[in-house]
Amino acid sequence: MVTPGPALAVKGLKKSYGDVRAVDGLDLEVNSGECFGLLGPNGAGKTTTIEICEGLLERDSRDLEILGMTWERDGDQLRNRLGIQLQDTQLSEKLTVTETLMLFRSFYNEGREVKDVIRLVQLDEKAGARVGTLSGGQKQRLAIACALVGDPELLFLDEPTTGLDPQSRRQLWTLIEEFRSTGRTILLTTHYMDEAEKLCDRVAIVDHGHIIALGSPHELIDSIGASIPPPPPRASSATLEDVFVALTGRTLRDE
Amino acid sequence: MSERRFIERSLAQLTLVRFREFTRQPEALFWTFVFPILLAVGLGLAFRSKAPDKPKIGLVTPSPGISSIPDIPKPLATRMNSIRNDSSIITSMFDDSTGARALRTGRVALLVFLDHEGRVRYMYDPSRGESFTARLLIDRAIQNGAGRTDPVIVTEQKVTEKGSRYIDFVIPGLLGMNLMGSGIWGIGFAIVDSRSKRLLKRFMATPMSRSEYLLSFLLSRLAFLILEVMTLLGFGALVFGVPLRGSFIQLAAICLLSALSFSALGLLIASRAKTVEGVSGLMNLVMMPMWIFSGVFFSSSNFPAIVQPVIKLLPLTSVNDALRANMLEGTQITALGTEMAVIVGWLVIGFVAALKLFRWR
Repeated sequence: MVTPGPALAVKGLKKSYGDVRAVDGLDLEVNSGECFGLLGPNGAGKTTTIEICEGLLERDSRDLEILGMTWERDGDQLRNRLGIQLQDTQLSEKLTVTETLMLFRSFYNEGREVKDVIRLVQLDEKAGARVGTLSGGQKQRLAIACALVGDPELLFLDEPTTGLDPQSRRQLWTLIEEFRSTGRTILLTTHYMDEAEKLCDRVAIVDHGHIIALGSPHELIDSIGASIPPPPPRASSATLEDVFVALTGRTLRDE
Repeated sequence: MSERRFIERSLAQLTLVRFREFTRQPEALFWTFVFPILLAVGLGLAFRSKAPDKPKIGLVTPSPGISSIPDIPKPLATRMNSIRNDSSIITSMFDDSTGARALRTGRVALLVFLDHEGRVRYMYDPSRGESFTARLLIDRAIQNGAGRTDPVIVTEQKVTEKGSRYIDFVIPGLLGMNLMGSGIWGIGFAIVDSRSKRLLKRFMATPMSRSEYLLSFLLSRLAFLILEVMTLLGFGALVFGVPLRGSFIQLAAICLLSALSFSALGLLIASRAKTVEGVSGLMNLVMMPMWIFSGVFFSSSNFPAIVQPVIKLLPLTSVNDALRANMLEGTQITALGTEMAVIVGWLVIGFVAALKLFRWR
């Protein structure tokens, strides 16, 4: 199942839109079986990078290998082995959850049972509901389900938890951790540092189209630890979100 | 790869999605199936065949106050009786001045002046068709009343020819218009909607076959085509008795090629557009001239000869002409070479250009 060598390797990635250099000499290597986070402010080039890796955008540079393959040579095979969630997809509102997943499942040679994927993302009760009636969190879980239904080796998630409530966020974290625990690879982008810290084995911080820092979350924190005064001691390491979840419960609020 | 049931394959799934999306839009069902029938009913009632109006004739007699026959001199009474007994005309009494005004303003088609001796004078404008008819009818009534007999005995056979009424003209036109509307709208709108919602881009990130995606539109289009054609033609034939004189198979072939041709146009219009608003404008730009010039509601031959070659090249003109020739005259498809060439020409040009220009994201 797991391909030896890096799951994804990019060297000197370049992409310009007219005069704007969206990605400017970006080097990236994602190991098989790790969860890798791309962090960075808006417009830093995260989405462009991830869409080039997904085969959705042309690039201006050469070196890009995914699962040991290239888009030019093995496009069809690659598409069968990748799972993708895009930032701005609106699935058809007239279809039900099951119908949507059956459609996506039909594109892949091999994949998971639609029923199993629905259970995995906890949409059992909404299996027959139209997509148009789902809440934001449910739609996002369905988008992830569409990415999982082809049983991918490498999962691309572009801001998967943006705009979700803490309960939905934590539920997606569990999903991502479960996927990683089967030894497969994830490349995600996020604006939430707590999310990156919780999920990612390694993160890269991108700005102006190239990587300005790379390492495990702890390494990165330690690297600037000396220059920032330690926070005042607190009785516990809990965050405000932990308080929120403790008070409102972990169950999903989807109605 | 494990063997999958047909229904689980992507072409079947994509086609099913087209069906689901279409049937779950009540407004789409209304415009495709109900609206053409409402239009046919409205036009059928407004332009139903009826006998021409009876001519209105003004009668001017001396001393119009006298109303009872016994008081009127006999020759005048004979004339008046024979006029009143004729059911093919409508008469009313006037004096000299009011009669002249009625004739001038068109309230009567002709004035008849009668005197006590039974002399007759007609006053009318021979260039008005109804006045001319009135002259023939009133003269026949007066002459027959005075004892004229026709030297030649004729027998009459009255027929109402189906196929020459307005409803017979308009049903094929509505069918053509419907084929155009659902081909261009059905395909163009769905594709641009998917593109604007980034769904097309999402599909591009899967191993979905692009040709199967496009094919699913054609397949679902053809299935709905059968329903659309049967609804409209069935309604026309059963309710208005619109004739279907040509071969059914050839009619089906004309409908099929027309639907494919308009689908190709829909695909071409949708090949680049990024927003639903943008594509709606384009579709109207393409369809509006055909609604007007292609002979949906009235014959395209009403337009000046100089624009006829252009009108003949519009796909809907050929579709309407071919449908009418098949349904009303029973023409063989082999005799419709020009029309079929235009339809197939648009089909080929549309598809080739659409596939060349099509933007998948």
